[in-house]
Amino acid sequence: MTEEKRGGDRRFRRTDRLLIALMILPLLGCIVLKVLFTPESEGVDISGAMIFLELPAPVQPLVITESQVNSWAIMLSLLGLCLYLTHGLKEKAETKRQLIAEWIVEKCEGLVNANMGERFAGYEYLVAAIMGLSALSSLSCLIGLFAPTGDVNITAGWAILVFALVTWTKLQGGFLNYLKGFTEPIPVFTPMNFISEFSLPVSMAFRHYGNVMSGAVISALVGTALRGLSRLVLGWIPVVGTIPLLQIGLPAILSIYFDVFSGLMQAFIFAMLTMLNVSGAFPQEAWEKRQQKKAIRKQRAAMAKA
Amino acid sequence: MVELAMGIMLGLCGVGAGIALIAGIGPGIGEGQAVAAACEAIGRQPEAKSDVTSTMIMGCAIAETTGLYGLIIGILLIFVAPGIFSGVLKDTVLALK
Repeated sequence: MTEEKRGGDRRFRRTDRLLIALMILPLLGCIVLKVLFTPESEGVDISGAMIFLELPAPVQPLVITESQVNSWAIMLSLLGLCLYLTHGLKEKAETKRQLIAEWIVEKCEGLVNANMGERFAGYEYLVAAIMGLSALSSLSCLIGLFAPTGDVNITAGWAILVFALVTWTKLQGGFLNYLKGFTEPIPVFTPMNFISEFSLPVSMAFRHYGNVMSGAVISALVGTALRGLSRLVLGWIPVVGTIPLLQIGLPAILSIYFDVFSGLMQAFIFAMLTMLNVSGAFPQEAWEKRQQKKAIRKQRAAMAKA
Repeated sequence: MVELAMGIMLGLCGVGAGIALIAGIGPGIGEGQAVAAACEAIGRQPEAKSDVTSTMIMGCAIAETTGLYGLIIGILLIFVAPGIFSGVLKDTVLALK
């Protein structure tokens, strides 16, 4: 009995170790790739994502950039984190990780319920996935990676996903209703409605990307300026002068605001906007009206049969 | 001649970026008003603080969008546009020759 239990324990711990490796290894791989590919430079280095690979493709070469690789690595690591938190679930919460996992799930369900209503139950997985991926992507620049959210292509991908979801939800109310929605309040507004329809993904993508990237640009500018300043002020001291001493301190404070606070805030806002847009695409009243109409039609059919 | 054209192009890119960032005025005023109203609301109803705060942050994020459009245009004008425009300029000069 004890032998068996010990064997199970050992297997459990081995799986745990594997999952922790799945969490950490992708990020380490990204750091190694970054170290291998970064060119040497001394000036202000404000650039977009590095290009790792260019694959030949019919129209345009298919480009594999740093942000793509990082975002896939972050997805893998997030998957590892989720598997780790839910590994060895028991009916009654005993371990710390199960408590954390339950807390996360409860919070997400509460958030979705409060903002979208009972009708959209099941969306908490999407919202939690978007929030976690966005938060982890923004936080990944704390370990020196290029934050994937600082690349417009990544956030645009998410925004297009949300746009497709919103359109699909609108189509639930019927295709004609969807078309009719463009001519409201009067038919003259149709072109403006079209523009506002397509401004949703653009604004969502640009909001997230602009916040993260502007933080990165400001951080890089301040860091370079402080390096120059310390060379100017302390450069005449023999040994100490070679170390950019003034770079200590201020960039860390900036990083707390731009990387941690702003990144988490943008993750929350992106998830919040997803919820609001999806739930606004098919409002409660329209849904209730539709249910009523359906019930009446059913009744009539039953009456006609009788 | 090409140098002059290049200089004008780079300078105008910088000026354009500066003008684009005037867009920051609007969100600044708007967000200030939003926060002022939120402070008032919290003062009147301290128990609704968390609700007011989250709604305010949401509204601020949406109001910020116009400013971010300006910022992105400014950044594109400084970091991306000169490369594209100098390529166009070179092509034109070569075509003229």
